[in-house]
Amino acid sequence: MKSEAENEMSDVASDVRECTLGADTTESSNRWSLRTLASGWRKCDSTGLPVCLDAQFFIRINAVFAVIFLLIGGIAAILLALTRWETVNLLPSDWFYRMLTLHGLNMLIFWILFFEIAVLYFACTTLLNAKLFSRKVAWVSFGMMAVGAGMVNTVIFQGQADVLLTSYLPLLAHPAFYLGIILVAVGTLVGVFNFFATLYMARRYRTYIGSVPLVTFGATAAAIIAVVALLHGAIVMIPTFMYSMGWVGQPDPMWYRMIWWGLGHQSQQVNVAAMVAIWYMVATLTTGAKPLNETVCRGAFVLYILFINIASAHHLLVDPGVGATWKIWNTSYAMYLAVLASMIHGFTVPASVEVAMRRNGHIKGIFGWLTAAPWRNPAFSAIVLSVVIFGFIGGITGVTLGTQQINIIAHNTLRIPGHFHATVVGGTTLAFMGLTYYVVPLLFRKDYILKRLARIQPWLFAGGITLMSVGKSFAGSMGVARRTSDIEPAAEAYGAAVHVFLGMLGVGGVLAFLGLLLFVLLTVGTLLIGKSNAGRPMECWGKPVDLGRHDTPSSGGEEEHKTPGTVILVGIFLIAFAVYYFANWTALADVWPVR
Amino acid sequence: MEKAMNEQEKTHILQRLMDNPWALLVLGVVIPLLSYTLWGWIELLRVPPAPLP
Repeated sequence: MKSEAENEMSDVASDVRECTLGADTTESSNRWSLRTLASGWRKCDSTGLPVCLDAQFFIRINAVFAVIFLLIGGIAAILLALTRWETVNLLPSDWFYRMLTLHGLNMLIFWILFFEIAVLYFACTTLLNAKLFSRKVAWVSFGMMAVGAGMVNTVIFQGQADVLLTSYLPLLAHPAFYLGIILVAVGTLVGVFNFFATLYMARRYRTYIGSVPLVTFGATAAAIIAVVALLHGAIVMIPTFMYSMGWVGQPDPMWYRMIWWGLGHQSQQVNVAAMVAIWYMVATLTTGAKPLNETVCRGAFVLYILFINIASAHHLLVDPGVGATWKIWNTSYAMYLAVLASMIHGFTVPASVEVAMRRNGHIKGIFGWLTAAPWRNPAFSAIVLSVVIFGFIGGITGVTLGTQQINIIAHNTLRIPGHFHATVVGGTTLAFMGLTYYVVPLLFRKDYILKRLARIQPWLFAGGITLMSVGKSFAGSMGVARRTSDIEPAAEAYGAAVHVFLGMLGVGGVLAFLGLLLFVLLTVGTLLIGKSNAGRPMECWGKPVDLGRHDTPSSGGEEEHKTPGTVILVGIFLIAFAVYYFANWTALADVWPVR
Repeated sequence: MEKAMNEQEKTHILQRLMDNPWALLVLGVVIPLLSYTLWGWIELLRVPPAPLP
């Protein structure tokens, strides 16, 4: 007789086959299909999916390094939060800039890129029933990335690269700083090549039939955006490295800013595409949700591929060298197509969960499906919080701040980090944390320790980030500049109330750091002393109760896709969006009152 | 052969685009390079040098 955990995980296995994750795989014998190989793969005990052992190895080491860089960036983050909290003002200015450089590179580049390479290897092998293209290429990628990240962090700690993440010229760091970034960028590009080569081989040898699964499609979007970002990285970093060596003259600072943001902003769009793919994946793993309409979801990813990169221009909205037409086209008309894509995903992910919950009988009231959702599952709560923070705080502020006219009252204030901490940390990092609650049991084959603590971790982290982002946004609205360790010289200009918001920033930073530390301790502790689940399904985090009402598409018809709860939530979002946008235009009008 | 061609004809062009990662890769690289990078680069090249005081 099967145990309860086995029964629940067998449900997951059927969800995986039927929904977002499972490609239609052919059993015909060929030399690239995992299921027909004599060795080099295993069948996942929980999902039934084939796992390429080469890919599993590189997913593991990339994920471990990602968590190490997350911890380094997190330690820098708490020091920064305790400095911007004016009452504490912990660090002197030189160490503030050192830690800000360390924080930016480890959190926005290393943690994210290492984790994304892990996601790409998973999406192109397990989900396509294909073996990884090349183990050697994967080693080259990982080696370059690890050496490059090590070089960058070493130079920063030596105090020879206090130039922040952006390293705007004419600020100049030690050549090893630029060389390290080039190594990380090229190493990532090599990893992306391995992903595309695996896609090619999987398609050529027909390891699957029809279209790739939605999650693989989302990962492909992330990989394409990464290519654009890394091309810009090469264009800007190679001449800057040569300048730091004294081989060539200084590149033009305005040119540097424009090309650098082709790397800096677009690397965050890689995160967005990967994050959305993870939303769909975790929704399937936790509730059995499947996309309402695959074509619409894929179309939204195509909008990302085509239009999300040009939004880099909103970093240059106050630069004098580029004209208004270039700015408005790239940040408004075209960028809104990518915003539309985010809003499509923001609707379809919760709507697919609502449909899945209603299919399982949770039809009481408008929000009965939501209250009955698997909240004991930290992966589920992490992606719900990720969707909410990304949309309500990061998305609304991002579109508003990306408007050329409004940007003039917000540029270089704390409102900007208030926005991107909601997208990159509250959105992406939280989604990556949520996925990790499945990555460790499924690919490291260890069940999590201290599950009760794991259940509160996403809430602690999300609560802290929300408080910090809101505190930053309000302090920035009062004029507090970003990238400065101390506002004391200008404190009178801001007013006393600004200390309340900087206090929110500090308290939020402490809470978020505790959430991050808890995540790292739980994950590392599980890898070291967690119970092995090899040969059996992973221990279930908790699935929604099946009340036994299974409407099929044929019997349910239109009823099958009714999502009144999600429609109301989306309505609340749109009202909040309109109010915030209008309030900012009003604030702009107040700058130049007509008397 | 004929059956395969008929099936391909039936598939909508947007679906064929979505099933072709190489076409998406080319479009995804070319559009931002033209709209953001090349256009922005040309704008910067057209900025006249500042006169020395």
